Amino acid sequence: MSDPVETQATSEIDRSHALECLKHMLRIRRLEERCAELYTATKIRGFLHLYNGEEAVAVGVVQALNPDDAIVATYREHGHALIRGIPARTIMAELYGKQEGCSRGRGGSMHLFDAKTRFYGGNAIVGGGLPIAVGLALADKMRAQNRVTCCFFGDGAVAEGEFHECLNLAALWKLPVLFVCENNLYAMGTRLDLAQSIPDVSKKAGAYGMPALAVDGMDILAVEAAAHKAVASIRGGAGPFFLEFRTYRFRAHSMYDPELYRSKAEVEEWKKRDPISNLVSLLKQQGAISDADLVEIERDVAKELDDAIAYAEAGTWEPLADLERFVYSERRPS
Amino acid sequence: MTTAPSPMTYRDAIREGMREAMRKDDRVFLMGEDVGRYGGCFAVSKGLLEEFGPERIRDTPMSESAFVGAGIGAALGGMRPIVEIMTVNFSLLALDQIMNNAATFLHMSGGQFNVPLVIRMATGAGRQVAAQHSHSLEGWFAHIPGIRILVPATLQDARGMLATALEDPDPVLIFEHAGLYNMKGQLTGDAGPVDIDRARVRRAGRDVTIITYGAMLWKSLDAAENLSKKGIEAEVIDLRVLRPLDDATFLESLGRTHRALIVDEAWRSGGISAEISARIQEKGFYDLDAPVQRLCGVEVPTPYPKHLEDAAFPQMASIVEAVEAMVPAHG
Repeated sequence: MSDPVETQATSEIDRSHALECLKHMLRIRRLEERCAELYTATKIRGFLHLYNGEEAVAVGVVQALNPDDAIVATYREHGHALIRGIPARTIMAELYGKQEGCSRGRGGSMHLFDAKTRFYGGNAIVGGGLPIAVGLALADKMRAQNRVTCCFFGDGAVAEGEFHECLNLAALWKLPVLFVCENNLYAMGTRLDLAQSIPDVSKKAGAYGMPALAVDGMDILAVEAAAHKAVASIRGGAGPFFLEFRTYRFRAHSMYDPELYRSKAEVEEWKKRDPISNLVSLLKQQGAISDADLVEIERDVAKELDDAIAYAEAGTWEPLADLERFVYSERRPS
Repeated sequence: MTTAPSPMTYRDAIREGMREAMRKDDRVFLMGEDVGRYGGCFAVSKGLLEEFGPERIRDTPMSESAFVGAGIGAALGGMRPIVEIMTVNFSLLALDQIMNNAATFLHMSGGQFNVPLVIRMATGAGRQVAAQHSHSLEGWFAHIPGIRILVPATLQDARGMLATALEDPDPVLIFEHAGLYNMKGQLTGDAGPVDIDRARVRRAGRDVTIITYGAMLWKSLDAAENLSKKGIEAEVIDLRVLRPLDDATFLESLGRTHRALIVDEAWRSGGISAEISARIQEKGFYDLDAPVQRLCGVEVPTPYPKHLEDAAFPQMASIVEAVEAMVPAHG
């Protein structure tokens, strides 16, 4: 694979903004760590896909969006939901399956939804979210609303027909979609170059006549800069934009994955590029953060998550009498 | 004020339904393959591009999954899309979007996101278009909770169901039998919305209940007229809606006739005919004077030659024969 073409000079950073980014990445990292523990403790069941290592992508991209933009995400979406503003409490309650959860407990880890923040899942069919994003953007365009629909998907989705259908359609109709490929190099356990004749993902977007950038997804500042550039282009009416972030998932695909397909050495090598510790080092070099600052951030994050878990623990189970609700709308025109 | 009925086809009735919906509500738009410049594969949308323009009559690429999913997204985004899938066979390319997204979003989101989408497609056999263009999969789709399945057989329903479907907050799939598009009838200019909840008794009779839908309704009605000459009076029920299935109407009829024949163009195994038969067994068993019978499509991919295709589906003569075998001779 070629080197990322876009990197951001990190010489000058706004301190408070950098601390904000750091805190958001830590919120995701610690949330995922708690999730893994709660899974082992059997509080969370089903499939659980953790985002450790990829935090810079969600944080950098979501910061570039306006509150009324829409997000369509994948089954590895706890971080996106959290950064978007869905409270940690209702995310955790959802992971517990409690009715106080952001999807009333009906969805679980893979199906976080939230109307208030226009968060349209939590989609667990690889590539299945792309057409939804295209449609949301179509509605905005037809109603002349200057909003962006941001669609996250992994490198696995690139092999799906829906990926190609949707890039074509979005480009053809100049729809305001931000396509964000979180390229963590593995489609579950299959390495990108074993699945793609051309593993250079961003080139595929170019083939549909769409501007595309390949960006270091382990560098929060580079991610943010690319996202701002893409969003500005979309809002200016230029149609869709494609961002490929080269990143890595530090943990297994899901809690069932014994990781037979990659070496520990490879994982360790990528961990040297950890977006969180790299940002911390950079800030320390510049004297922009002290150990006391870090302790304070960690304390805030821990408090948020303690509260979320307590909320989920205290949450209630939906009554069995409600089982058949939400299959059809309860209000229909008579 | 009622306008005088005018002659039109089933195709015209659907077109008028779409035209009226689009004039009334600017959130309504049509998208699909060849719906604009071509005028629709079955000429259903002919003339609509000229009236509403390419923004609202959208020709799409041959990307069923993308444009059906885009319909779902547009519905979530506040529009009222009508997505046309050329024929039911192509809907298989969009099955992921229909089943995994349209049917589940309301539920997975705990009631937050309903999907007010209408998908229209042509279904059925009888035109010598062979094994990949002759399916009747509406019963298959009726297996899926979260969507509504409509099967209009009359001009009134072809026009009126669309209006009601567009008002519905949830995804509605309308299966138009391709063999009916040229069917002529009379419809008043102001023919309005019809319910999408209940089956209808299309012909009253005392001796047997024929339960059917779509193009088979007309063959069943022809058969009933033929049987009438032989002294057998068949009641004919048009299901109209396959999901949620209105079993009350056929169970009520069965309470009077005590015999039921299900006529379904689709395959027998695991089809909607099996579901209807099971419901009769569960809820109407003691009303029965004879076992429930089914006349279905023969379980073979649809053959091209006319004589084989005709033999593969229920026909007027085979319906008459099936009824005669289950009703004792009168007089």
